[in-house]
Amino acid sequence: MNFALKVWRQKNSKTAGSFADYKADDIPEEASFLEMLDIVNEGLIARNEEPIAFDSDCREGICGMCSLVINGIPHGPGKAKTTCQLYMRRFKSGDTIWIEPFRARAFPVIKDLAVDRSAFDHIIEAGGYISARAGSAPEANSLPIPKHDADLSMEAAACIGCGACVAACPNSSAMLFVAAKVSHLGLLPQGQAERHKRVIAMVRKMDELGFGNCRNHYECEAVCPAEVSATFISRLNRDYAVAVTREEVTV
Amino acid sequence: MTTTLDSRIPSGPLEKKWEKHRIESRLVSPNNKRKFEIIVVGSGLAGGSAAATLAELGYNVKCFCFQDSPRRAHSIAAQGGINAAKNYQNDGDSVFRLFYDTIKGGDFRSREANVYRLAEVSRVIIDQCVAQGVPFAREYGGLLANRSFGGTQVSRTFYARGQTGQQLLLGAYQALARQVALGGVKMFPRTEMLDLVLVDGHAKGIVVRDLVTGQIASHSGDTVILATGGYGNVFYLSTNARGCNVSATYRAYKRGALFANPCYTQIHPTCIPLAGSYQSKLTLMSESLRNDGRVWVPKKKGDTRPPQQIPEEERDYYLERKYPSFGNLAPRDIASRSAKEVCDEGRGVGPGGLGVYLDFTNAIKRLGEETIRERYGNLFDMYHNITAEDAYKGPMRIYPAVHYTMGGLWVDYNLMSTIPGLHVLGEANFSDHGANRLGASALMQGLADGYFVIPYTIGNYLATQTGKKISPDRPEFKAAEQEVRNRIAKLLSIKGKKTVTTFHRELGLLLWNKCGMARSASGLQEALQQIPAIREEFWQNVNVLGDSQDFCQSLEHAGRVADFLEFAELMCLDAYERNESCGGHFRVEHQTEDGEALRNDDEFCHVAAWRFNGVDQRPTRDVEPLIFENVKLAQRSYK
Repeated sequence: MNFALKVWRQKNSKTAGSFADYKADDIPEEASFLEMLDIVNEGLIARNEEPIAFDSDCREGICGMCSLVINGIPHGPGKAKTTCQLYMRRFKSGDTIWIEPFRARAFPVIKDLAVDRSAFDHIIEAGGYISARAGSAPEANSLPIPKHDADLSMEAAACIGCGACVAACPNSSAMLFVAAKVSHLGLLPQGQAERHKRVIAMVRKMDELGFGNCRNHYECEAVCPAEVSATFISRLNRDYAVAVTREEVTV
Repeated sequence: MTTTLDSRIPSGPLEKKWEKHRIESRLVSPNNKRKFEIIVVGSGLAGGSAAATLAELGYNVKCFCFQDSPRRAHSIAAQGGINAAKNYQNDGDSVFRLFYDTIKGGDFRSREANVYRLAEVSRVIIDQCVAQGVPFAREYGGLLANRSFGGTQVSRTFYARGQTGQQLLLGAYQALARQVALGGVKMFPRTEMLDLVLVDGHAKGIVVRDLVTGQIASHSGDTVILATGGYGNVFYLSTNARGCNVSATYRAYKRGALFANPCYTQIHPTCIPLAGSYQSKLTLMSESLRNDGRVWVPKKKGDTRPPQQIPEEERDYYLERKYPSFGNLAPRDIASRSAKEVCDEGRGVGPGGLGVYLDFTNAIKRLGEETIRERYGNLFDMYHNITAEDAYKGPMRIYPAVHYTMGGLWVDYNLMSTIPGLHVLGEANFSDHGANRLGASALMQGLADGYFVIPYTIGNYLATQTGKKISPDRPEFKAAEQEVRNRIAKLLSIKGKKTVTTFHRELGLLLWNKCGMARSASGLQEALQQIPAIREEFWQNVNVLGDSQDFCQSLEHAGRVADFLEFAELMCLDAYERNESCGGHFRVEHQTEDGEALRNDDEFCHVAAWRFNGVDQRPTRDVEPLIFENVKLAQRSYK
């Protein structure tokens, strides 16, 4: 298969970037999208041109390291997959493909297609955990959890932290990411002690880091590789409302 | 000169050793803990849990990872589960049985005391993870669910869908994030360790490169912990993440830490077969699939009929035939080798004949498609996405791929290497899995080391180091930094004709053929001749483009491949010198009449630990004899 690529090249966060044209020729249809870029990069190095920088690690859809906006869609066409799990058979030979970095104020470009998503780590640091020191845990089966709750918690916990939700949102909101963590922990009995403190701290940190507000576009849910449901955002809003009310009462 | 290594295993009965050791271990008082700085390299299950736990204890921790976030360490990709001797199923499990299964699965090439401790600690790991909010699978009554795994006859594996590694890592990552917020841990993502620094013979710091700015810097500490994973990517194609590498442990080896059993690599039986030469990695399908899937190939050579058209009597369910009691749940090394055998006989399926079927037809008939979907839905989806084939309608095609490395830096019972102050955890050390790791045991070991072993044993070193402060401005650090800079400058100045990936692929293919699932003295000798030649060409003809003061992925890869090119030789030398078969190390010269691995306990019941003597110099092979007081050495049988 042959493709015409329009790839965003940007030296670093301080310089402006622009699209550059590349040809991707003789690409096997079984190749993944990132393998297609590997092939292009091998060709660039052979011509003494600097290869295109992009992030990837596990290449099996779980680590959340790969990103890319492909033809305007974070992680490219198709449901429930990361860029590394996108295969070239989904495209037609002769297609022109636009490749850009995730774009959001809170995710500055490092180089070309690689962006800095450390803002997500800072949101987790603000409260996305259960405080349970190693050594202090009670016997695991002393706390039965209804299967339904455990399963629902797992659905939220499946978030891979890739940031596609932010890249897809017209407001660059991180609500789905925050909702996933707040729901994962808030649905479990272990997570109750810090439930209110957690949701307030995470939401405020999200605002502080420059993410926008949710306006129910549902673009986040549509691109989420882990199929985290936007209904968790309702849960987040409810938890936040309750927590803020309680905060006002106690202060 | 060969020396015998002291593993510092406590005396006394097996089941009392860890308790006794904890009582006898030195403590560091709370006000002294605050004075110590601990460097942790790696943020996976071992590194992440260690960094968080040590900070909870009051130590100052600096944690480094090359990924953009500690949450992305490759532990995240583990699918199947984590073992623990909880005996919740009332099916006869116990600490001793988990210990015995692990020793036997490792083909009697691991240390009894370490493995017993691992089995003991396994139970509190589950408690800890549940307390952190890891959403393990549950029964309708709300209690924890279990499943069975290869190499065992009890159900002791805890799991969270097919994403257990992810959920356990998020638990450790969240504990780590909490400590970052509390100031106990300073986190350095996108930072790669490029050298270990010794001061007066003790590990006292590291030299790192900031992967975004290219800046080289030194960090000093009172002790260094490496939790940098395995070296499976030496084969180029493996199930490891792209960034996994041997550099941290190999550079520690070059500074004097012994490297133990580098030839022990695990080839996982259930991966998606290779599709083409451009391929960048191999994808694992969780071993849990073998609970319900049946492995088979056609009885006839070169049978190209679609699987559905091959009648039952013309199929060879070779694992069930050869190992009636374990069947499709035979351990990984045996299942992998059996797949290679049938493909070598010309009975493999799919393109190139390098594949076997994993068939769910019977399970779907017995349990219904819905149950199978619930158990393995995400794996079936993944298979469909990669191959465009529907495994609900026809069998999957699978083939073995490099997955895990049991070898690693040699450590004693305190998890300290032969360099005082250098501790090594998780896959990066060698201690618990012998010559073959059982499924769902890597997660167990990583978390055992990080949450429940190193927090106790590190005191034995630190208590001897009170009041000694090391500045990163010392000449030892400056000299190491200069070496790192010179090496980077050299890589960028070669400007040759071949890409880094070309060399990596060439090395990987050579190792897969000569030091993969089957090894021979003659093949290993060929590899030992060819590797230095590839290495020499690399240093003359590699083309690394970019700026060392910038984000430069080619340079990162080049540095890692340069280390693989040296490490590969050590691996083949170890495989050559271990003139027996055991677990994943299969020397074709040593097999039973049935083609099983034939150990030589008289000569090789020991750990081989290699001491660096210079590049292009033969390393020294030291040994640690393995003494079995509680299990009887036996020919492994899964029949």
